[in-house]
Amino acid sequence: MKETILKIENISKQYRLGLVGTGTLSHDLNRFWHRVRGKEDPYLKVGAVNKRSAKAKEDYVWALQDINFEVQKGEVLGIIGKNGAGKSTLLKILSRVTSPTTGSIKTKGRIASLLEVGTGFHPELTGKENIYLNGAILGMTKAEISAKIDEIIEFSGCEMYIDTPVKRYSSGMRVRLAFAVAAHLEPDILVVDEVLAVGDAEFQKKAIGKMQDISRGEGRTVLFVSHSMAAVKSLCTRAIVLEHGSNVFEGDTDEAVDFYLQSNKVKELILLKNRKDRSGNGKALLSNVEILNSKNEVVESVISGEFLRIKLHFSINDKIEDNLIFAISIKDNNDIIKSMIVSDEMNIDINSLISRGYIIVDFNSFLMRGGVYNATVLLSGYSTASLNHIDRIEMAFDINVLQGDFYDSGKLNRTYPLAIIPAKIN
Amino acid sequence: MKASKDSEWLYTISSKRKLIDFNFKEIWRYRDLLVLFVKRDITTVYKQTVLGPLWFFIQPLFTSVIFTLVFNNIASISTGEIPPFLFNLTGITAWNYFKVCLTGTSNTFRGNAGVFGKVYFPRVIMPLSVVISNLVKFGIQLLILLVFYVYYLSQGFSISPNSHILMFPVYILMMAFLGLGIGMIISALTTKYRDLTMLVSFAVSLLMYVSAVPFPMSEIQEKQPQYAWLLEYNPVAQIIEGFRFMILDAGVFTWLGFIYALVFTIIAFLFGLIIFNKTEKTFIDTV
Repeated sequence: MKETILKIENISKQYRLGLVGTGTLSHDLNRFWHRVRGKEDPYLKVGAVNKRSAKAKEDYVWALQDINFEVQKGEVLGIIGKNGAGKSTLLKILSRVTSPTTGSIKTKGRIASLLEVGTGFHPELTGKENIYLNGAILGMTKAEISAKIDEIIEFSGCEMYIDTPVKRYSSGMRVRLAFAVAAHLEPDILVVDEVLAVGDAEFQKKAIGKMQDISRGEGRTVLFVSHSMAAVKSLCTRAIVLEHGSNVFEGDTDEAVDFYLQSNKVKELILLKNRKDRSGNGKALLSNVEILNSKNEVVESVISGEFLRIKLHFSINDKIEDNLIFAISIKDNNDIIKSMIVSDEMNIDINSLISRGYIIVDFNSFLMRGGVYNATVLLSGYSTASLNHIDRIEMAFDINVLQGDFYDSGKLNRTYPLAIIPAKIN
Repeated sequence: MKASKDSEWLYTISSKRKLIDFNFKEIWRYRDLLVLFVKRDITTVYKQTVLGPLWFFIQPLFTSVIFTLVFNNIASISTGEIPPFLFNLTGITAWNYFKVCLTGTSNTFRGNAGVFGKVYFPRVIMPLSVVISNLVKFGIQLLILLVFYVYYLSQGFSISPNSHILMFPVYILMMAFLGLGIGMIISALTTKYRDLTMLVSFAVSLLMYVSAVPFPMSEIQEKQPQYAWLLEYNPVAQIIEGFRFMILDAGVFTWLGFIYALVFTIIAFLFGLIIFNKTEKTFIDTV
């Protein structure tokens, strides 16, 4: 039977915008005066929705508003959202660093967080002493640390320096030591913010492996916050999506990720009608582009290795010749071509597609590594020599690719503007 | 899913808080952390110094020498039958403990914002560790006092503790808790408005002069009786004077003054605890 281990009820958090100044004091006094008379806080009624880019009109903002969800024991819950959506605030409240303005959180287990590693390291103490101190700060008892000290030292890979003051450590070694301590925490509920990107490649692999052990093997309840959709997909069993401080979606991980990518969408199409930096005779013009997912919904990003559909709309201004060629080249930000599609290699009758008004390009598996690419679109006559160009737009649109796990290994493919090649190593 | 009752939950995080929310069970669970903080405070202060722990001795000794020179030799303040140096050393040892408790805890929130902003542990562990680690230093300084005490005894001075020495632990606790209480109040008040931090450092050094540290209370009662109330109503002066009284058997002691200081200490401590508790949950938003 499933058991609820964590229950979040109506959590809201209000912050003041701007500086602490004289206005603060008068607000504080007013608030105090209301409380003395047994009335509720007058400033709880005001407060803007947490929209980073909107202009601040009020003095207060709701970083979180009426968050409700429950976490079952053994569940790995992903929390996704854009920068400033309230993820960190939620984690801070969960880890009791700050308290909510309203609402309550009930828990049946101890919560420990990997918000930031290396908290409370004292530079004058040796590595070993710092393991004890840091472990205790994170909530371990001395006996618990002693039982694991060898494991921690081995995991950190800093055995040689363990009796040297931490101030002599390189920054990488410090992070290794800190992560080693944090990774050996054994709370009932573990809160993980994106801390995995630490150390060198070798250590990162170790760290990610450890995270997977914790969340998969040991059956721990984990709250996982990440911007990496692939990591969320591979680690989490369920996910919630935060937007402007509200919980806008809760459910299955795949659906949540889809929802998130969609909620990120640029509401309009990518308009190319008015682009002036184009070349060609203009008999047909690329007017706009849609980037779609497998459900034909507009998305902002695609996960590496997943389905991607690009729909290009054309407007025809003049009679055009036969045997058209259509091409898309995918470039990285340094203007280096990383891949391309040319219709004449595929024996496609572009003319009939153009006359219908749009061309659809489907990638069943978009095999590019994580990163931002841009696409150059070309429509031309029977040869691609520049005098035959009908319409050509450099950097017509961006393709935002999120890291994926193409080889199904549980590890994310590195971010680098390159294609992924299906391969097998024996 | 079964209906869950409130009693099943380990703890609840909410905006509502009790007036005094002192969770002893939780503090007990973090006792190892307290011990480690105390150890850290003691061992790291004099790392990479040549004299090392000797610095614990040097500070009170030199201060006593200067006080003796200035107040007793130049300003000729009388310390009665007590050798001025011993008189000053006693006062300074006691004053120092109170002072470090106060200044050490008054910076709790701002000084530890980095750690407090990332992990939770009972915040009160921090000021407690300051008080305890300084208690160890105080113990070491007490040894010096003992050495000079024995030295002056062997020189034939008629000094001896009186029966009040039984109250020694009470005085230590009073110094610790008064410093802790006021320190916690200041630390809580400075999270949002920094004005008080400006005040603390010089107010504390001024406070020393109205706390009967470099002179006996009887001195001001004789020479400037119109200002004597300044000391009589100062609980710190009562504690210092009482501390000297029990060790050196000289000075003014009244039970009224003692009770006054005790009540003041308890109120300051409780008030400090309440305001500290209120602050600890959200200070990270305003610090």
